[in-house]
Order: sequence, then C-alpha cells, then structure tokens
Amino acid sequence: MFRKPNPSSGVPIYVQLKEQVRHAIETGGLTAGDQLPGIRSLAETLVINPNTVIKVYRELEQEGVLEIRHGLGAFVISRRRSRSKAEEMRDAQHLVHEFVDTLKKQGLEEGEIRRLFEAEIAGEFQRR
Amino acid sequence: MATVIETIELTKKYGKHQAVRGMNLSVQAGSVCAFLGQNGAGKSSTIKMLLGMIHPTSGSGSIFGHRIDKESDSLLIRQKVAFVAEDKRLYDYMSVGQIIHFTRSFFPRWDHDLEARLLEQFELPPERKIRQLSKGMRTKLALLLGFARGCELLILDEPTEGLDPVAIEDVLQIVVSLAAQGTTIFFSSHQIVEVEQVADHVLMIDRGKLVLDAPMDRVKEQYRHIQAVFPEPVEERDFRLPGIEKVSVAGRTVSFVASHNVDSIVEHARMLHAGSIDVLPISLKEIFLEKVKARS
Repeated sequence: MFRKPNPSSGVPIYVQLKEQVRHAIETGGLTAGDQLPGIRSLAETLVINPNTVIKVYRELEQEGVLEIRHGLGAFVISRRRSRSKAEEMRDAQHLVHEFVDTLKKQGLEEGEIRRLFEAEIAGEFQRR
Repeated sequence: MATVIETIELTKKYGKHQAVRGMNLSVQAGSVCAFLGQNGAGKSSTIKMLLGMIHPTSGSGSIFGHRIDKESDSLLIRQKVAFVAEDKRLYDYMSVGQIIHFTRSFFPRWDHDLEARLLEQFELPPERKIRQLSKGMRTKLALLLGFARGCELLILDEPTEGLDPVAIEDVLQIVVSLAAQGTTIFFSSHQIVEVEQVADHVLMIDRGKLVLDAPMDRVKEQYRHIQAVFPEPVEERDFRLPGIEKVSVAGRTVSFVASHNVDSIVEHARMLHAGSIDVLPISLKEIFLEKVKARS
C-alpha cells in the first residue's frame, strides 16, 4: 500500500510516510477501523528505520487520525483528518462575513443586524 | 534512554599523526547510528578502539558500561557486541557450511532462522571453500555470521562495500529488522544514500574530529539551502549570522547553507532588499560535502 520514501529528497522520511498515510485515508484507501501494517513489517517492506514508523504512528495518534491499541496495532479512527479548532473558526468567520455582507446589501443597518444576531443567539442557546 | 556507546575525549595518535582527536560519542540503545567520513577520517581507528583491538592514546570509552580499555571488560563487551570488519577476514580453508557451524558453537543466542533465511537470500553455497568465494560473497558470509549471532550491539565497518544494489537492499532490510527487534546498530559507511534510508542518527567525522552529531530528522528539517538575488552586488561579510554554515557569492546571487535559524537568515536577506529568496531542502550528501570541504 505504501511506496518507498525517497531518502535523498531533503524531506524527512517520517514526513513523507505520514503524508502517505494521510493520503490513503483521505482518498479512501484506508477507512475507519482499518488496521495499519505492523511496525516491523512496514519498516522491512519500505526498508526504513523502525523508529521512523513508530514516530509516524505516534504523531498520527496525537493528531486523532489513528488509535494505537497496545499489543494489537494501529487503527484508523476517522475518514478525514480531524480539523483543528483554528481551521473551524476560520471557516465560520468566512460564513459570518458573507452573511453580514448579504444583510447589508439588503439595506439593513449595523444596529439592526446586531439586534437580530443577539436575539437569535439568545433564543438558540436558551432552547438548549 | 540507555546509552550503549559512550566515549570521552577519545584520542588516537600514530606517531605524530592524530587519527582520532578528542571524540565524544554517545549512541543510544535501539538506534541505527551512521558513522560517516572520508577514507582516513578516523572511522576504523575509532571502531577498533571501541572493540579493544587498539588502545586509545588518551581519553576513555565504554560499551554497555564496560570500559573499552580494560582487558577484563573486553570479554563482557565481546559477548554483547558483534562486529563485521571492513576486510571481512575469514578462515579460507573452511567451507561456508563449516565456518557457520564453527561460529555458531560460540554463541548460545545464535539465530537459526535468520541463518537459514540469509543462506538462501544471499545464495551462499554451503559446500564452497571460502577461498573460492567472490568478494561480494565473502561480504555476505561475513554479514551472515555477524547478523545471526544474536547480539545487543552490531558494529559494521563499511558493510555494503563491494555488494551489488540487490544485495545492498537485502543487507539494509536485515539491519532494519534487527533494529526492530531492539538491536542497536552502529555502522560506518560512505554510501550516503543508504545511510539516509535506514539511520535515525548521524555522526560525521572529518580528520579525526566530529563535525556533525544529530538525529537524522533534525538534520533534514533544519538544514536548508537558501538562494537570494539582490539588486546590488553584495559581499560575503554582509552575512555573518548564526546558522550560516557557508556563503558563496556570485555577483548579485548569494547561496547559503544554513544549519538552523533559517527564518532570521531570510529576514536578513529581505532587509538587504533581496528580490527573490528561495529556501530549498538539502540532501545529506550535500551537507557531507560542505562539512568536509569547509575544512579542507
């Protein structure tokens, strides 16, 4: 499933392998629950240092992409790479910006837009 | 992590010639550590001192905590360490099968499965006399004897010298598989690409001195080649910044090799009104050539 990394590319081998795992998940080559190759067998197949494989699996575990079950191996958690809070906020900001822009074009004043937002937020969160 | 090999100011003089000059090494358990240097840089002298084959002129060292310069510790070291020498010395009058049988009898932890796998993979004829083996086959046999010993530390001096690409890949694969079982591997080489592939730590020596000692990933992440084009001709002395290992100026174009601090160097180039700045990765081979050339 994985290609041999190019050792002389200047990009660390662990970065190259990590990208390959991510890519396999993003393109559906690996889906949630799938098991990744064992550390030793992947190291032998790609002829790379086993510590490199360990590093890749550990980092992907920290990023919430893989789960390491001790004694069993590494498994895929999510189909997509989980998004960071910063990315979510950036996307949300973009939506709000467009929405406010639309309301302004419809002729609403700043105060009116603010009152609508505040009312909606108050209503939305009280209902919960 | 436990330290397997440690040397402090290890020095070897042959008459007036200093082969090894104040070497401070530290190799961690479970790592695959590459030891790079040109011919005559002091690699073999260092390895021979580690194994107690020659005595240091000054300084000290230990392997698994046993002193390398103490006769009584030597046996303890030899029980835990396998060594494949550069010259691959073997008993010429024995056959392949005989020397395997002979060597096996000394080592209670001998790996029979690995022996069988390697005999087949390396296509070694058990009946053939060692004196009739080709250079490549001798190397493969010497490696088999070292790999199958079941050691905790494997020291290899130029292990792939004289092997074809297929055999080199086989050898690297065994190195990887032994490392996965917890064997620490220390190998000298000047085949830089194979080193980049399997090593997680790199040591470079030049004329008896250590010039680089770093994890492979850090070397790859931090070393960069920077190229900047300036509106006016510039001079080398405009670029005295930490992290710049080397500067070469050709009119308005300047090339740097940086070992760290890349952001500040780029910032500095911008301040000098560089029109275009390219930051490129750099291979271990280029770093090696720079390290060795810089001192020539």
